[in-house]
Amino acid sequence: MSAIELRGLTKVYPGGVKALDSLDLAIPDGEFFALLGPSGCGKTTLLRTIAGLETATGGAVVIGDRDVTGLQPGARDIAMVFQDYALFPHMNVTDNIAYPLRIKKVGRAARQQKAAEVGARLGLEQLMDRRPGQLSGGQQQRVALARVMATQAQAFLFDEPLSNLDARLRLEARTFLKKLQHELGVTTVFVTHDQAEALAMADRMAVMESGHIRQIGTPAEVFQRPANTFVAGFIGSTPMNLLDGVVRADTLEVTGCKLAVPQSAEGLLHDGEKIVYGVRPEYNVYSAEPVDGSLGGNVSIVENLGASYLVTLDVNGVLVQAVVPEGHEPAIGDEGYALPRRDRALIYRDGELVSA
Amino acid sequence: MTRFVLHRIGFYVLIAVLLAFFTVPLLWLASAPFTSDPTYKVRLPDFTSENFRAILDNPYALGSLWNSVLLAAGTAVLVVVFAALAAYALSRVHLPGRDALLYTLLLLSSIITGTAAMVPLFQLAVELHLIDSQLGLILIMTGGLLPAAIFMMKDFMDSTPKSYEESARVFGASPLQIVRHVVVPLVRPGLATIAVWAVANVWGNFLMPYLLLSDVDKQPAAVIMYTLYTEGGQANIKLLATFGLLYSVPVVLMYLFVSKKYGFRFHGGIKR
Ligand SMILES: Nc1ncnc2c1ncn2[C@@H]1O[C@H](COP(=O)(O)OP(=O)(O)OP(=O)(O)O)[C@@H](O)[C@H]1O
Ligand SMILES: [Mg+2]
Repeated sequence: MSAIELRGLTKVYPGGVKALDSLDLAIPDGEFFALLGPSGCGKTTLLRTIAGLETATGGAVVIGDRDVTGLQPGARDIAMVFQDYALFPHMNVTDNIAYPLRIKKVGRAARQQKAAEVGARLGLEQLMDRRPGQLSGGQQQRVALARVMATQAQAFLFDEPLSNLDARLRLEARTFLKKLQHELGVTTVFVTHDQAEALAMADRMAVMESGHIRQIGTPAEVFQRPANTFVAGFIGSTPMNLLDGVVRADTLEVTGCKLAVPQSAEGLLHDGEKIVYGVRPEYNVYSAEPVDGSLGGNVSIVENLGASYLVTLDVNGVLVQAVVPEGHEPAIGDEGYALPRRDRALIYRDGELVSA
Repeated sequence: MTRFVLHRIGFYVLIAVLLAFFTVPLLWLASAPFTSDPTYKVRLPDFTSENFRAILDNPYALGSLWNSVLLAAGTAVLVVVFAALAAYALSRVHLPGRDALLYTLLLLSSIITGTAAMVPLFQLAVELHLIDSQLGLILIMTGGLLPAAIFMMKDFMDSTPKSYEESARVFGASPLQIVRHVVVPLVRPGLATIAVWAVANVWGNFLMPYLLLSDVDKQPAAVIMYTLYTEGGQANIKLLATFGLLYSVPVVLMYLFVSKKYGFRFHGGIKR
């Protein structure tokens, strides 16, 4: 098992697309690390550059205590699960799982034994003689995982390993994968564009935007204190309310309402400066009666989230969302007030989080 | 209703006529060798083995079939191996002007084994001491077939996803291991197609062996067929029909075998 370290990693594709722009990243040994970002931000490129399938234009990749930047993929002692799984269609499950060992010149009997062992661990005993074409998506995914486990590599790289599964299976696989990684303790980097997946599975995560890392942290840190408005808008199943405002002495004026300065920004704001006020719908306390320091308006949309409702208020022409527990949802057109929690609301100045 | 029935009947009659047009020669080929004195008519055979005995008495008949097998197999092996390697490289490495190169090769290849190049080819073979040599013929036929084979093969290679190979690469497989373990099994139907196509091409080629092989012992069946005359100088229908049957059986068998073994199956494994 090994740590992974990236130093000033840059990748420019022929044709001039700068997919990675001087990235620094350190992933400690045994960590389950998620790379999250919108489509085209460079997640796959980063993973492939770590694997050596793309050559870095600049910077270094260090795995364990070896600088592997110039090494072939096969010499880096890593294993990768591709988005399409890339199981060999002409080999059965046993041969697929045993393939990495075949390359390492392990004898036939030993290979098959190992494949059977790993297969059994992932519940594939009944399927060992089938070809990939005869397996369901979830089974294929487990075979791909088994093949990676059989390598006993220093680090695992997963490119959107769950994106081909249907919603139900995905939740199961999420739990399964997290448990498996925990048991194996192998440093794992996995790419996803699903923020819920990253939040649920990762020990730590990086949020990327067009070749840059915009924030690194634990899921809790990234969720509660997004470092900039990009991350704030990207993370969360319901996007954060980001409202333009102005500092007025020791209060804030946001879309015509007077709000208190959040705890995190106390004493850090200057009178008259323009800011962006951020608060998650979950941290907006809704009430039907007027409350001091709240955002007041008329209910324009009510969406059912299951055990709660997402209520959208029209506050002087700006839409503000709040989550309301079931049984308390208002009707469309009602007057409503959203009181941001002072301990959770955030202030952004020039797109960056204001904090001590 | 009657109109519909008449329509149907007319349709089937038309199909029957068309079918007859193609089946009659085949029926003739199947029946004439077993007939004592065959003409150009299709008749019920009297199941004589006389004609086959006569063919066996011909000193060159069997040998020429064996020569055909040698030439066809040799050419097919070379074409498949070279085409697979070249097509793999061309499909995976981006060279400037790659497509232009392929199309030019394809154009030129129709000249190489065509009538236009006969004289220069003959002279080249003489200079290289490859005249009257089966190896020489195999090399020349290979050269003629390769461009088209590469072209077809590249199509197969292009359509196999790269992630299979990348996956093998990450596990540490060398380029040759990747070709052997992953690429060849994936494009096997393509390889079989090319092999069958090459064999059929060589098997039916009369001009090149006629030109380049003068020793009767080395000539393939297509050339020997041309020598089956009666003492009077007339084409000998008995021998021609019988030899024709022997000549076509191996190709038909090969086709059946290959299509049974490598019929176009694909097992999936890439989740789309
Ligand atoms: N082989 C390539 N040649 C040129 N540009 C490329 C190549 N591969 C990717 N790119 C570009 O690099 C950028 C990053 O691509 P990448 O595939 O890493 O994105 P991604 O974050 O994985 O996106 P997705 O979530 O859609 O998979 C994109 O702008 C893409 O167009
Ligand atoms: Mg990607």
